[in-house]
Amino acid sequence: MISLAGRDILHAWGKFVFTGVGLGLLIGVTLTMAGVYRGMVDDGKALLDNSGADLWVVQKDTLGPYAEPSALNDDVYRSVRGIPGVARAANITYLTMQVRHGDVDVRSMVVGVVPGGPGEPGQPGYLIAGRQITRGHYEAVADISTKFQLGERIRIRRNLYTVVGLTRRMVSSGGDPMVFIPLKDAQEAQFLKDNDAIIQQRRRTSANPAFNRPGVPGLLDAVIASQGRSPSVNAVLVQIQPGFPPEEVTEPISRWKHLQVYTRVQMEDIIVGKLIATAAKQIGMFLVILAVVSATIVAFIIYTLTMDKIREIAVLKLIGTKNIHIASMILQEALILGLIGFVVGKISATFAAPLFPKYVLLVPLDSVAGFFAVMLICVLASMVAIRMALKVDPAEAIGG
Amino acid sequence: MKGLPLKGRTLALLAVIVPLLALFVYVVFRAGPLASVPVTAITVENRPIAPALFGLGTIEARYTYKIGPTAAGRVLRVDVQVGDQVHAGQVLGGMDPVDFDERLAAQNAALKSAEAGVLTAEARLQETAARQHYSESQAQRYEQLLTARSASEEAVDTKRQEFQVATAGLATAQAGLEMARQELSRTRANLNVLTQQKANLQLVAPADGLVTVRHADPGTTVVAGQAVLEVIDPKSLWINVRFDQLRAAQLRAGLPARIVLRSREGQTFTGKMLRVEPVADTVTEETLAKVVFDQLPAPLPPLGELAEVTVALPELPSAPVVPNASVKRVGGKTGVWLLQDGALAFAPIKTGASDLEGRVQVLAGLESGARVIVYSQRSLGAHTRVKVVKSLPGVSP
Repeated sequence: MISLAGRDILHAWGKFVFTGVGLGLLIGVTLTMAGVYRGMVDDGKALLDNSGADLWVVQKDTLGPYAEPSALNDDVYRSVRGIPGVARAANITYLTMQVRHGDVDVRSMVVGVVPGGPGEPGQPGYLIAGRQITRGHYEAVADISTKFQLGERIRIRRNLYTVVGLTRRMVSSGGDPMVFIPLKDAQEAQFLKDNDAIIQQRRRTSANPAFNRPGVPGLLDAVIASQGRSPSVNAVLVQIQPGFPPEEVTEPISRWKHLQVYTRVQMEDIIVGKLIATAAKQIGMFLVILAVVSATIVAFIIYTLTMDKIREIAVLKLIGTKNIHIASMILQEALILGLIGFVVGKISATFAAPLFPKYVLLVPLDSVAGFFAVMLICVLASMVAIRMALKVDPAEAIGG
Repeated sequence: MKGLPLKGRTLALLAVIVPLLALFVYVVFRAGPLASVPVTAITVENRPIAPALFGLGTIEARYTYKIGPTAAGRVLRVDVQVGDQVHAGQVLGGMDPVDFDERLAAQNAALKSAEAGVLTAEARLQETAARQHYSESQAQRYEQLLTARSASEEAVDTKRQEFQVATAGLATAQAGLEMARQELSRTRANLNVLTQQKANLQLVAPADGLVTVRHADPGTTVVAGQAVLEVIDPKSLWINVRFDQLRAAQLRAGLPARIVLRSREGQTFTGKMLRVEPVADTVTEETLAKVVFDQLPAPLPPLGELAEVTVALPELPSAPVVPNASVKRVGGKTGVWLLQDGALAFAPIKTGASDLEGRVQVLAGLESGARVIVYSQRSLGAHTRVKVVKSLPGVSP
């Protein structure tokens, strides 16, 4: 018994393989789109993972610090630290801004972390080069996608920072790379006005007769000094002592400290369910459309491939080939086409993923599901083709 | 005959399919989550570390003299400009005396009058003394006449009474002289007061120094205690440094320090810790300290300039040392990933002192010679397959 499908493929293998590659690119786009969607959700989760926190303490009645603005006094962490079950508590600030590097600026999320010992919440969990921040000022650890390198000087607002460490996959929920700087500098950067604004403010204050009284020397200086600082942070990250259930720690904080506390699960709900919900749905919708279009095109390709050799099929019927052989030939060709398409698609998606500006996460389960979907579509499409082939009249072989 | 072209076609097909499959296998096992994670590892070594502390400070003057009047008044003149060098005792300006000169003239006149008053009192004393002397001799003479019974008892009594009156008059004159003298010294003291008050209108430098601020110009009215000029002692420049309290326990006076001024980047000045302030800043959670230059920079940096200060702490004895990038927090425990026969194991450690280059001493949980993961492409777990590389992709050497 010779393989009809094998013979047929070998007969015009170039055309067959190129059709498969074309199909593969289409499947690759679909897989990549799935990866974009997964990457979007993963960016949100990476943000939570990277903070190293079990609990987030934020301003009362806000969804901060990622989904809504939140401001706390920077001494709140002291009272949080004293609650039973809290292992560590650290202030943190987040600010999305342009970071200047030479002539270009990079959109990044500047994170102010307490430059405490290793494992302090908020600090990047792992590095790919350099070291963690050790000085209390003017050092930075940057995500590699900022394209900063070790030892380079970057400008955040008024000050220059030396890049001492590089990390990876430390992004905001929007996919902006993170730059970690010491908390004190970040607080300053967040609330610091530019020099012109400060001078204007000073002038306005000194023009105010209430603050600039002739008989009270020093009042104006005191007022100007009091305008200069704003000791706020966006959130307090809390790590729980092993063995304490989170509820036991959150309850006293929200009840007695009058602050909002979120656990990891709640925070994930906020990020995935609220912050990136619309964008993710948009991508998801696009993914569905792309999948439907791909399936239709696959079906068309297999149908046309069968129609191309309708004459040969008629000849086969004329020489008395059984229907089952003809059907299996078409089915096998469809499956092989789908297989080539999937392999090419997987390869192209994998190599294309790193080229995207935002993170594209190719989940193996998605690939497996994609493989079965492709096979199913091929089978369904071949059914239509088989019906057409079996209905063909053997007389067509000679009649034309 | 027919087999050869078929074979050629099969070969060509294989030439396309086999690389495709090979690429697919590579993609599945090398680029996905099944791929091994590139890491770098080092061998833990025993070595001493020299911790250091980094702080920010501003240049300040230890001695700042705020020179102003002690009474409200109007500034008459200011003789110096900002940047002028002044020496101790130099008159820098003066307040408007208003009616001081007239009051001085009046006081001078009062002094003269008091001096005349003294002269008058002295003359009066002489006069009463002469009168008393005469009445005394008269009284003695009549006493003798009474003994000789040539004068009446009444006449002698009269003379005695005259003598007593003259004696009392003398005492009065003496008291009057004393009063006039006291009046004179009171007037003189009053004059001195005015003279000194006038001198106090001068603004005088209390020490050698540099004029830094000129708060008021001639014609400005200032209240008592308000500064007109500020003078600093440039030799007394120091840096008021703020250190994060997290690692400030070992700060001591006398520790060597390296100072970088914001305006002179790349230039390092040496100095030493003068003292750690006994009071810390409770709001900013920083420890305050004063650092002095070993040799003052020339030209002098402006007051208030930002300075970065690195204080070297005493070197610690040798102990296992790991980079801080290798220290992770897993399951609530601080530790490092050990590389044992190509597999990962998490070892909880107790960390000690660290230096500014990111080296951390390990007090317990790790021996020298162990292989420790430093950098990794992803966060690691106990079952992660790793591949040790020299440096991670994307990092320029």
